[in-house]
Amino acid sequence: MSQPFRIAGHGRVDHAQPVRFTFDGRTVEGRRGDTVASALLANGIHLMGRSFKYHRPRGVVSAGSEEPNALIGTSRGPGRFEPNTRATMQEVRQGLTAESQNKWPSLSFDVGAINDRLGRFIPAGFYYKTFKWPRSFWDKVYEPFIRQAAGLGKSPTEADPDHYASRHLHCDVLIVGGGPAGLAAALAAGQSGAETVLVDEQAEIGGTLLSEPGVRIEGQGAWDWLAAALAELRTMPNVRLMSRTTAIGYYHQNMVGLCERLTDHLDVLPEGAPRERLWRVRAGQVVLAQGAIEKPLVFDGNDRPGVMLAGAAQTFLHRFGVKVGNRVAVVTSHDSAWHGAFDLAHAGVKVAAIVDVRAEVPRVLTARAEALGIEVLTGHTVTGTTGRLRVATVRVNPVQGGRVGAGRTIACDALLMCGGWTPSLHLFSHTKGSLAWDAEAGAFLPDRKTEECEIAGAGRGLWGVAAALEDGARAGAAAAKAPGRVAGVGTFAVEGDRTGSGVVAKELPTDRDAGLAKAFIDFQNDVTAKDIRLAVREGMRSIEHVKRYTTNGMATDQGKLSNINGLMIAADALGKEAPAVGLTTFRPPYTPTTFGALANLRKGRHFEVTRRTAIDAWAEATGAVFEPVSLWRRAWYFPQAGEDMHKAVARECRAVRTAVGMFDASTLGKIEVMGPDAATFLERMYTNPWAKLQPGRCRYGLLLGEDGFIRDDGVIGRLAADKFHVTTTTGGAARVLNMMEDYLQTEWPDLDVWLTSTTEQWAVVALQGPNARKLLEPLVEGLDLSDDAFPHMAVVECTVAGFPARLFRVSFTGELGFEVNVPARHGRALWEALWQAGQAHGVVPYGTETMHVLRAEKGFIIVGQDTDGTVTPQDAGLGWAIGKAKTDFVGKRSLARPDIVAKGRKQLVGLLTEDPAVVLEEGAQIVADPNQPIPMTMIGHVTSSYWSEALGRSIAMALVEGGRDRMGEVLHIPMPGRTLRAKVTVPNFVDPDGQKLKV
Amino acid sequence: MLLIHCPYCDETLPEPEFAYAGEAHIARPADPMALSDEEWRDFLFIRSNPRGNHFERWRHVNGCGRFFNAVRDTVSDKFAMTYRAGEPRPNLDALKEAAE
Ligand SMILES: [Zn+2]
Repeated sequence: MSQPFRIAGHGRVDHAQPVRFTFDGRTVEGRRGDTVASALLANGIHLMGRSFKYHRPRGVVSAGSEEPNALIGTSRGPGRFEPNTRATMQEVRQGLTAESQNKWPSLSFDVGAINDRLGRFIPAGFYYKTFKWPRSFWDKVYEPFIRQAAGLGKSPTEADPDHYASRHLHCDVLIVGGGPAGLAAALAAGQSGAETVLVDEQAEIGGTLLSEPGVRIEGQGAWDWLAAALAELRTMPNVRLMSRTTAIGYYHQNMVGLCERLTDHLDVLPEGAPRERLWRVRAGQVVLAQGAIEKPLVFDGNDRPGVMLAGAAQTFLHRFGVKVGNRVAVVTSHDSAWHGAFDLAHAGVKVAAIVDVRAEVPRVLTARAEALGIEVLTGHTVTGTTGRLRVATVRVNPVQGGRVGAGRTIACDALLMCGGWTPSLHLFSHTKGSLAWDAEAGAFLPDRKTEECEIAGAGRGLWGVAAALEDGARAGAAAAKAPGRVAGVGTFAVEGDRTGSGVVAKELPTDRDAGLAKAFIDFQNDVTAKDIRLAVREGMRSIEHVKRYTTNGMATDQGKLSNINGLMIAADALGKEAPAVGLTTFRPPYTPTTFGALANLRKGRHFEVTRRTAIDAWAEATGAVFEPVSLWRRAWYFPQAGEDMHKAVARECRAVRTAVGMFDASTLGKIEVMGPDAATFLERMYTNPWAKLQPGRCRYGLLLGEDGFIRDDGVIGRLAADKFHVTTTTGGAARVLNMMEDYLQTEWPDLDVWLTSTTEQWAVVALQGPNARKLLEPLVEGLDLSDDAFPHMAVVECTVAGFPARLFRVSFTGELGFEVNVPARHGRALWEALWQAGQAHGVVPYGTETMHVLRAEKGFIIVGQDTDGTVTPQDAGLGWAIGKAKTDFVGKRSLARPDIVAKGRKQLVGLLTEDPAVVLEEGAQIVADPNQPIPMTMIGHVTSSYWSEALGRSIAMALVEGGRDRMGEVLHIPMPGRTLRAKVTVPNFVDPDGQKLKV
Repeated sequence: MLLIHCPYCDETLPEPEFAYAGEAHIARPADPMALSDEEWRDFLFIRSNPRGNHFERWRHVNGCGRFFNAVRDTVSDKFAMTYRAGEPRPNLDALKEAAE
C-alpha cells in the first residue's frame, strides 16, 4: 500500500523497513517504529472503532496511553488475543492481527448505532432510573441488556499461554517519565553516583523531545541532544533505563509498581521469553516527570473521526512522519496548538484556519500564521462538524460580548483541537498527595506531599523545554541528595523553545440549541456536556456523584482527557469555582494492566503452595483421588478398578468397620507445648482440665475464642509432666499456634512455656478397625498393647517397625484405633511396613471422605464444617468437655453472656431422612413448617450429610434452633422441586454406647 | 506495601513479614468472671477506632514471631513508632514535639 499520508524521510520510523499487519482483515503496511494508530493514519484511516454506548464512529484522538477511542483487539494466535489495546501504544509487528471493537456487522456500517438516534432517551442516570423494578425483570430483561451493553471488546476465550515475570528492585532514585524533565533528573542523579532508574511507557525514551525536533539544546538539535544524553546515561553503571515500562501504581513508602512490556512489539516470540514483567521498586526518592496531557475542547461533533488533539497531530508528524490530513483546521484555547499548525504547514499540509476562542492571542503567533497564509479567527467558537465517517467541514462563528454570531463552514479533513494541558498527577494522587487549583495555570498542581518525592516539569505547571530541563535537573539533584553524594544542578541553553499559555474553557458557546448538541467530554463512555448538566439538575452535588451518575471518567482511560472538562462544566452548572467542586480520586493502575502481569508467576501449579505428606507419593501411585484441605492435598478416596467415589467410599467404610483401615493423618496440626508451666498454660487455653492428666494419657481438647465460640479441637497427649503433644485441625494449625503465642507473649509472659510447631516433623498413620491391634502388635517392641495395659486415650513413646514413635490409642471412627507418629522422613517406610503387615488382616487404605463418613456416624464434629464461628460448646453438644471446676479459661466468661445462655440457640442434632435413600445436601436450609409463605423462616441448616454404609441409609447432622428440644420432631428441607422430611435424632448413629472401643 | 520496624529484630522489613493483631493496650482482665456483662462486652467488642493515631498490635509472624505494639495514623497509614509488648503507651504529644 502506498501510505499516501507518509512524509518520506520524516520522523523516527525506519522508512527502509516495511511492516505488514491486518486491521479488520485488511492488510496494512506501516514502518518499523510505527504504532498501529500511526500506521493506519499513514494510510488515511482515521475510523478505528465505535463508541460503547451509542456506537458512534470514532477515530484516534491522542498519540499516547491516554487514548480513549482507538481501542483494538490484538492477536498473535490461540490464547494470545487481547481486547481494548490502545492503537496508540501497540507497536506494529509483522503479522499482527488487529480488529476494531463495538461494531456489528462492520466498522463502517453498524446496527448498534441506532442507539445514537435514541441518545436522547439514554441520558445520564438512565440505568439508575430504568432498571429499578419489578424484581422479576432483572434476570430476563435488565441484566441481559446491561451485560450486552457493558464492557468493551470481547474477553479472550482461551487460557493465556504466555508467562509473566516478577522482580524486586531497590534504588536511590526512581524517575517516572523520560521527557526533558526526567532526562535532566536522571543526568543529575546519575552523575551524583546515586543508583538511578528511569522508566518511560513509550517504546522510545524522549517524551516531548520526540515530537519537538525543532528545539535546540546546548547548541544541538533536540534529537542529537537526546541521543547524547541517553548515551551518557548508558555509560553510567549506576543508571538503569527502562522503556516500554509503565509505572502503574505508587504505593506506601515509595514502592512503585512497574509493568514492563517485553514481547508485544516483536515479530517473532523468543522461546520462553516472558511477555511482561512486573517490578516492585522500593525507591529512596521518586521523581515524577510525567508531563501533561492535552485536553479536548467540548463542542458539538467533537468526536467525529478526524477530530483529534493538536499535540497528537504534532507527534504523528514528527515522530512517525505522518500527516493527519491534507487540509486541517485548528480550534484552540491555548498557544500550543498554533505551533503544531505551523509545523504542519511547514510539512506541506494546508492549514485552512486557526480558530482561537480567545479574543487576544500573542501577536507573534498571529503574525506567523499570516506569514504562512493561514486564516486566523480569534474570538471565535466552533458550533458543529459534518462528515459521515470522517470530518468534512467545521462550522465556526464569531463571539462578541458573549453573543454568538452567524456561522460559516470551513472544509477540512482533520480538525485539531487543544483545550490546554492537564498536569499528569495520577501517580502523585495515588499517594494521597493533595492538589491545589492554580487559577493562573487553570490546572490542579501538586500541593502537600505524603511521600519522599519530587514533581518536575509540566507536572507542576512548568511549560516549555527549557523550564522542564531546569526543573528536572533540580529535582534529580534534590532526590539524589545523600551523605557523600554531590549533585550539581545543570543549566541548559535552549533555543526555539515554545512556551505559551491559554484559557480554560467549559463547552464552547453555540448559536444552536445546546440541548441537541453532542459535545463529548468522555469519548469512551459517551458522556456529553449535556449529561453533566442534567446530573447537576437532578441533584448531584459532589463530583464523585456526578462521575457515577454519568459514568464520566469511568472508562479505561480513567478520565485522563475528561476529568477537568467534566469538572469545569459541573462547576459552572453548580455556580461554584472548580476547586470548590473538587476532583475525583485517581487509583492504580495508571493505565490498564494485564491480569497476567499482576498474577505473574502465581498461576497454575504456582498459584499457591501445595503441601504434601511423606505418604503422598504412595497414595498417588496407588491411584488415590486427591482433594485440597487448606494448602494440603489429601488422599480423598482410593478407587479400585470400576469404582466410582460412592462405591470406593462404601468399600473403605466397610473395611474399617469390619477389618482395619489405614489413613494418612500427617496433616493434623501438631504443637509441642513444653516447660514447667505447660499444664498451667493449657488449663488457661483449653476448656478441659489438664493439671491432673497423667503422663501417658491423652484427652480431647476444645479451644474457644474469648467470645466463647469454638475455634479448634484435637487430642492432646501428655508425654511428661512438662511435655504435651497438642494436635489441631488440619486447617487450624497456624491459627492455633498464633493464638497460643499471643496469649503466652502478651497476657501471660510470666509462664515458662515453649511452643513449637511440629506439624511437618511427624508423619502420622491412623490404624482404625477391629483388626488394628492384631496388625500393629508384632511391629511394636516391648510394649503390651492390650486394653488393660494400653487403654483408649493412652499415649506412649516407643518403637514401631524399628522407628522411634509416639503411639496414641485414639479413635476418630468409633473403632479400636491407633495413631502412629514417626519422624516424617520415616513416614513412607512406616506406611509400607504397616501395609505389608496388614495384608493378613484385610487392611485397606482410606481417604478423607471415608474418614468424614465414619466420624459423622459417631457424631464427631469437624470444626469449620459443623461449626461456623458462632457455635459454643453447649451448642455443639460438647458441654462435657468443659472443666466444671475451672475458674477461668479463654472464653469461659462469654459462656455466661445473656445471648449465650438464652433459649432457642442453634444446637447440633442428627437428622434421619424419611426416605433412607435420600442424602441431604450440606448447607440445605431447614424449616419447621413447609406450608408457610415465602420467604420462610429458616431454623437451621444441614452441616454434614453422608451415605452411611454401616446403617444402609443416609445420615446427617444439622444446626437447628432449640434442636435438642425437638428430638423425634419432623423438620422440612425445601429443595428445588420438592420438600424433604427428616426426623431429629441424637447425633450418634453407630454403636452409641461405644462398646467397640472397649476391646 | 508498608515497611515496618520490628522492635525485637531492630530491622525495618516489608509488610508481608507481619500480621496485624488488633488494638493494643487492652489487657485481659485478671478475673473475667468478676466482670459484669457490660464490662465483659466492652472488653470483647468495644474498640476506639480513631481517625488518626491508633495504638495497635502487630506480629512479626514470618520473622522472629514476636508480638509488638505500634502507633499508626489511620488516615495516612504512616507509623509514628513501634515498641515492645509490655512497654507503656507512649505519649503522643511528646512524640509530636520530638518530630517537630
Ligand atoms: Zn522481629
